[in-house]
Amino acid sequence: MAGPMKARAKMQGSYADVRVLMNHPMETGQRKGSDGKPVPKHFIQNLTVKLNGKTVIEGEISQAVSRNPVFTFRVGGAKAGDKVEISWLDNKGETNTTETAIA
Amino acid sequence: MTKRRFRRGAVLAAALVAVAAGPALAQDEKEEIAKYQKMIAEGSPAELWELQGEDLWKKKQGPKNASLERCDLGMGPGKVKGAYAHLPRFFKDTGRVMDLESRILYCMITLQGRSEKDATKRLFGNANQPSEMEYLVSYVVGQSRGHKMAAGMSHAKEKDAFEMGKAIFFYRAGPWDFSCASCHGEEGKRIRMQDLPVLSEPPGAQKAYTTWPAYRVSNSQLKTMQWRINDCYRQMRFPEPAFGSDATIALTHYMAVLAKGAPYAGPGTKR
Amino acid sequence: MNTKLIVPLCAAAFAAAPLAFADPTADEVAAIHKRDFHKRGQAGMDRVAQDAVQRVCTDSHNKPPADLAKALEGDELKAIPFPSGSLIGDWKKGERVASGGRGMTWSDDPKKPSAGGCYNCHQLSPKQPSFGTIGPSLTGFGKKRGSGADMQRYVYGKVYNAKAYSLCSNMPRFGSSGTLTEQQIKDVTAYVLDPSSPVNQ
Repeated sequence: MAGPMKARAKMQGSYADVRVLMNHPMETGQRKGSDGKPVPKHFIQNLTVKLNGKTVIEGEISQAVSRNPVFTFRVGGAKAGDKVEISWLDNKGETNTTETAIA
Repeated sequence: MTKRRFRRGAVLAAALVAVAAGPALAQDEKEEIAKYQKMIAEGSPAELWELQGEDLWKKKQGPKNASLERCDLGMGPGKVKGAYAHLPRFFKDTGRVMDLESRILYCMITLQGRSEKDATKRLFGNANQPSEMEYLVSYVVGQSRGHKMAAGMSHAKEKDAFEMGKAIFFYRAGPWDFSCASCHGEEGKRIRMQDLPVLSEPPGAQKAYTTWPAYRVSNSQLKTMQWRINDCYRQMRFPEPAFGSDATIALTHYMAVLAKGAPYAGPGTKR
Repeated sequence: MNTKLIVPLCAAAFAAAPLAFADPTADEVAAIHKRDFHKRGQAGMDRVAQDAVQRVCTDSHNKPPADLAKALEGDELKAIPFPSGSLIGDWKKGERVASGGRGMTWSDDPKKPSAGGCYNCHQLSPKQPSFGTIGPSLTGFGKKRGSGADMQRYVYGKVYNAKAYSLCSNMPRFGSSGTLTEQQIKDVTAYVLDPSSPVNQ
């Protein structure tokens, strides 16, 4: 089951500073488990950010990103009260999403 | 539509590789370490532990089918906001000075009716097997964010705990003759590249005590004060201190009292 | 009852009471360690009992009286089993002992050799930027001081039992604690003193 996700967005002048915390094992497929066998690949592949329902960022991330990623970015053309929705999709087809209003 | 490649892990690696270029770059190293610490301080995965901790706090569990919402953390049953800032403190119902973790354990056993064996099944978690205690601690300490540290020093046992904590801090033993002070007793020292706060003086104690518990990047896990003390003793080559023992509480109390007045900034992030 | 008299008497009683009324005794401190710690792995309870050096240094806050320090240092020095012949081993092996940090903890396998963890506290090779500052820098040690018999004896002795040279030193007694073997200490001595060691480049 997907772990919790938390986002925070705040206006900084003309753009919004957004920070998203994600719970995810981000397994590279190279790490060996306690049984000596490699732990299967399990990582977030796609990140999508929507502003008021419209997609503004579509990102691909790789297994180089560490466990429990923190994603920070800036959104231009936003104002206080706008809704920012962040979702991810991993290589196993699992997803999670969170939404926050820009402060 | 903008396509971006996010290689945060790789970016961090690049910054650290640049650091390993020679001792002539000592000042650059310090700046890079400071930059890294600023980066990890902004947005701690520990906040995810707080969210799950709140759910667990409110979840009915154990033979008594009760949540922890009536747990008395020192400010009355159910009062969580600001409670951590006043710990450790003396508790009349147990007759001893208790820190947060020993108090949570006490509530799990008395309020929820869980056995000590069940409640202590996994006190220190890891990325694959998280610990309930770590979630609960994160939630409670998060509720003291911004509150000034004010560990108890009015009751005789609280003063005893402070003095005992100080004595334990300076007690040299083990095959390597270490005390806490061996590493944490002198200004401006570091082990390898890890700066060591002086925990026996207010400035160092304030800085350290207000940023633990913390999400530890090297473990991908939230680590508590009881864990930190436990792992210190392991590295000091001592035998193991018992979880929530008077010795560990006294040490915690010593640091908490020296940290008095500093606003709580946790749960934090550490390397 | 003359209340006026009672109040000043009470005040006097409080004034006479000790202000720092909670200092634990040495016995109490030893006892809490015995009670609240337990054996785990190779870390047994003998480890929380203090020997004479640890007791003196704890009680004196690491500033022992000069004559007592001299006497105890002499005892420690006498107990160092200096090998005969050259004390310089293989610096390449010494570098591994200096760089490694495992051994002696409750999570270490007691059957595996320990390392010295020298870089935790000291700078050694100028090419290694990851070093601690708890101890002084040893960069260029052999170059500055030479590698004759006296210097070999000093370095070997220091690693074996640093307390023989400075009673309340922070440095562990790697030889007398059983952490490092005679050969490992010779190899570390080489790392510090050998002219071809990275430490002396």
